[in-house]
Amino acid sequence: MTLKDKACVTGIGETVYMRGSSSSAFELQLQASLTAIADAGLQPAQIDGVIPIGIVSGTADDFIDNFGIPDLKFSTLVPHGGASPVMALQSAAAAVAAGVCSHVLITFGRNVTAAALTRAGARIHTMPAFHFVTEFEYPFGAIAPAQLYAPMARRHMELYGTTEAHFAEVAIACREHALRNSNALMKKPITMEDHHHSRMIADPFRLLDCSLESDGGAAIVVSAADQAADMRQRPVLISGVAEGHPDSPGSITQRPDMTSLGLAKCAQRAFQMAGVTPQDMDLLEIYDCFTYAVIRQLEDLGFCAKGEGGPFIADGRLRPGGALPTNTHGGLLSQAHVWGLNHVVELTRQLRGQAGLAQVPGAELGLVTGYGDMGDGAVAILRRG
Amino acid sequence: MGHPSADPPSPMPAKPVPVPSALTQPYWDAAQRGQLVLQQCSRCATIRHYPRLLCAQCHSADAHWTLASGRGHIHSWTVCHHVFHPGFADDVPYVLVTVDLQEGVRALGRWCGGPLAIGVPVRGRFEALGDVVQLVFSPELSQDNS
Repeated sequence: MTLKDKACVTGIGETVYMRGSSSSAFELQLQASLTAIADAGLQPAQIDGVIPIGIVSGTADDFIDNFGIPDLKFSTLVPHGGASPVMALQSAAAAVAAGVCSHVLITFGRNVTAAALTRAGARIHTMPAFHFVTEFEYPFGAIAPAQLYAPMARRHMELYGTTEAHFAEVAIACREHALRNSNALMKKPITMEDHHHSRMIADPFRLLDCSLESDGGAAIVVSAADQAADMRQRPVLISGVAEGHPDSPGSITQRPDMTSLGLAKCAQRAFQMAGVTPQDMDLLEIYDCFTYAVIRQLEDLGFCAKGEGGPFIADGRLRPGGALPTNTHGGLLSQAHVWGLNHVVELTRQLRGQAGLAQVPGAELGLVTGYGDMGDGAVAILRRG
Repeated sequence: MGHPSADPPSPMPAKPVPVPSALTQPYWDAAQRGQLVLQQCSRCATIRHYPRLLCAQCHSADAHWTLASGRGHIHSWTVCHHVFHPGFADDVPYVLVTVDLQEGVRALGRWCGGPLAIGVPVRGRFEALGDVVQLVFSPELSQDNS
């Protein structure tokens, strides 16, 4: 048995993304969750599985209390940062495929304005997954993800000739997509020059290589495939899904090959499960904490050979109308940062044909990745049902 | 890189300090003495870093601390410009360098030296910077300065 086509994304919800929200992280999470549940045509009390993403907002118990769920049959935590939403697709698919429950809510909310501690630089040093960094690197000035990931990018540049122009191309592609999405924070086009003139954060990452910090909530409902056919929306099937963890997951410094991610270990599992290849994809939603991370993941997914990610994207193929439209909502770089649950929402919307100005014509098969902590990875291949 | 401890007229925001566990206390005790030590498996002699309870090769919990050479080669680096913590406001821009130590593990430290490139031979030592000991790497200028 595999999980192929055993579960569907049946509901999606997002709040308006913003900075300076007066709502708490949990309020934003509840709002997105109610939207996703209504989108699925369900009542809140029909949710019988919950996977809260991260540790910054509501727990499973909070959802029982607020939704009046009479019999929650499944809850779990997936503590892998931005990889968690796509890893949660695997957990949810396994739970509904095994008959443990029928409708799993995967839900996230954050308010970085109200809670400075949820900003990445401070947050990660409270997390067990970062204990090596917190003790052995933080005191020397390795504070934030930009500084921790920069040596990976630098080494890729030195070994393979990846350039700032390649990074800029990712930023521009995401921004061009964001301009087609009314719920994206970034509203102005950017050029290669804008990128190169943006201030240096942690070399080689400039401001425009870094994802946004934003307030908002996102949620999806995953349902058993045999129930999805009768639900409100056209189902989107989870055809392939897998998670992978890098060597030395708690420390990039100690990783034997710091240009390799957990995604490299799991990508082929997902493609084999779905019975498709990278060349079959109509669009991609790639976790874009930094521009470099998109290039690296395209290599790990097998869209090009290792080291060739920069030249692969240089022709503009990730942009709207390109051969491989990527981050059609604008991504973490230009839409909003809700740990990549917005990537799952967007891929579902695209495969339903509901993406408005951002719609990729004829989108039937797409792929979404998650990338968390120091390089944990996950990938899901979704198909229009 | 740092400031002489004599001159700050107003208190500088403190840098974060390591909070050792029972497992890691010997590492930081050695650092205070200016020594870089690494954990070594007492059964199979594999050196491991950062410190952990078990040897990933033979799963023995028996380990001791061994003095490292501090010598190695640059693996990668970043130049930090943005201030993510107020304790580093007077340090920017500063360089974090990842080093392949001769002992087969890596270390991350501050860079105090010249041009950066993969493979440059370096030598590290612990230096007191304010209240914190920092692992600082500089170029290994010649074979005989050991």
